Amino acid sequence: MLENNNLLVKLDNCGVYKSSKWIVRGVSLEIHKGQIVTLIGPNGSGKTTSAKMILKILQSDEGQVENYAIKMSYVPQKINIDWTMPLRVIDFMKLTSHINNLEIIDALKLTGVDNLLYNDIHNLSGGEFQRVLIARAIAKKPDLLVLDEPVQGVDFNGEIALYNLIKKISTTLNCGILLISHDLHFVMSATDHVICLNGHICCSGTPKSIVKDSAYIELFGEHKATTLSLYQHDHDHSHETDGSVSNNV
Amino acid sequence: MKQMGVFQIMFDDFFTRALIAGIGIAIVAGPLGCLVIWRRLSYFGDTLSHSALLGVTLAYSFSFNITFSVFIISAVIALLLINLQKRTKLAGDSLLGLLAHSTLAIGLVLIGFLTSIRFDLMGLLFGDILAVNIEDITLVYVGGVAILTILYFIWKSLFSATVNYDLAAAEGMKPEVSNFIFTLLLAGVIALSIKMIGALLITGLLLIPAAIARNVSSSPRQMVIIATLAGVVSVIAGLFVSLEINTSSGPSIIVVALILFIISLIPLEIKGQLQK
Repeated sequence: MLENNNLLVKLDNCGVYKSSKWIVRGVSLEIHKGQIVTLIGPNGSGKTTSAKMILKILQSDEGQVENYAIKMSYVPQKINIDWTMPLRVIDFMKLTSHINNLEIIDALKLTGVDNLLYNDIHNLSGGEFQRVLIARAIAKKPDLLVLDEPVQGVDFNGEIALYNLIKKISTTLNCGILLISHDLHFVMSATDHVICLNGHICCSGTPKSIVKDSAYIELFGEHKATTLSLYQHDHDHSHETDGSVSNNV
Repeated sequence: MKQMGVFQIMFDDFFTRALIAGIGIAIVAGPLGCLVIWRRLSYFGDTLSHSALLGVTLAYSFSFNITFSVFIISAVIALLLINLQKRTKLAGDSLLGLLAHSTLAIGLVLIGFLTSIRFDLMGLLFGDILAVNIEDITLVYVGGVAILTILYFIWKSLFSATVNYDLAAAEGMKPEVSNFIFTLLLAGVIALSIKMIGALLITGLLLIPAAIARNVSSSPRQMVIIATLAGVVSVIAGLFVSLEINTSSGPSIIVVALILFIISLIPLEIKGQLQK
């Protein structure tokens, strides 16, 4: 089965139990090569915890985790680099792999921060740092890329460009991508599979099927659900590879 | 043959022996000290060295090798700490304080029982680098090379876990393994240096050179190199000062390191003006 050869990660009814309660439970999902899977859900719904199970940072307390990925890259949601450590962007890029300067510059160019190569990482702005984080993850050429709210703090134009980049990477590297995002526009327009979490999987499916799901509407409320029809409308009229979505409408 | 003779004379001199041993320890302490600073483990180092005192008294009681005994006790305390952290709701620094002072107290109580042996408490607390012999030097260099070799192989994992544990874990760096080994290496460097620098000053030799380096470096590698150099310079200058004005050697080394630290605080612009 071709489908199975492309399988990177499979969670079967997994969950994490901490301080006498289940943080998230009953998570089942699959990520294949070249596929973008997104996790959406309110704060504290277990998105990051699920991602950590996939990355084997956290052990699942029940169910089965199968991970066939050879090289994984991770863009964590929060990362604090201690001031006691002198660290330049170039040092940070080499953190977990041996890559040469050319590859580093190429990756930084993709996210538009190649001019920051020798800057002290502590002096970057939030958005710049986020771009460096993404560049570092890409430079490793992973077969599984996990992005936890990767564009937080990035300016509006940059956000669109970075989302386009993420979409492009899934095809050029043929890697599987797990994305945690609050940007429903991108989620609905560019991802292959959406999983809606709230302590457990509320609903999942293709973006088109999920917006009709009653569990989804209940979770995101009437307001979001209506905004979503707007999003879908956008999607019908312009394609995401073109950065200027609003101009085309 | 003549070469041997020169070495023989060199090692015959207590001051040269002290220099060689001290430089060896400073070289090992440089990179480890940087990691201690980056990981905010200075109090952890203190706890290990306080527990080293217990290691020494045990060594005397059962006539063990001191270095070996100190290494075992420090390693046990470190592992105990990691375990306690998982089990209790106390913060890391409280646990460290608890372990540091109780092991220190147990060590001091045990000393009371050792009436048959003349015990140099001052020597234990502040070390006596001028009393090192050839065996001590051999131990420092064999142990030091071992520590640095292991450190070299786990460096990437340790370093990435220091920047971000989750990221290192996700990207296959196995940080839990390297963290464990790092703890043993810290216990190792304390065991190697207790006789020379003493329980109370070891953390100083780990921390101060790395702190000097932080003030003047812009990349991790630079910081490790400068920390090592600063440690070596402190040892050499400290020993010469102690010889010249007849002060105790361990504290003199730390005082020199402190002076270097103060100099490193002066901003670069002012340094430039001074040179003019």
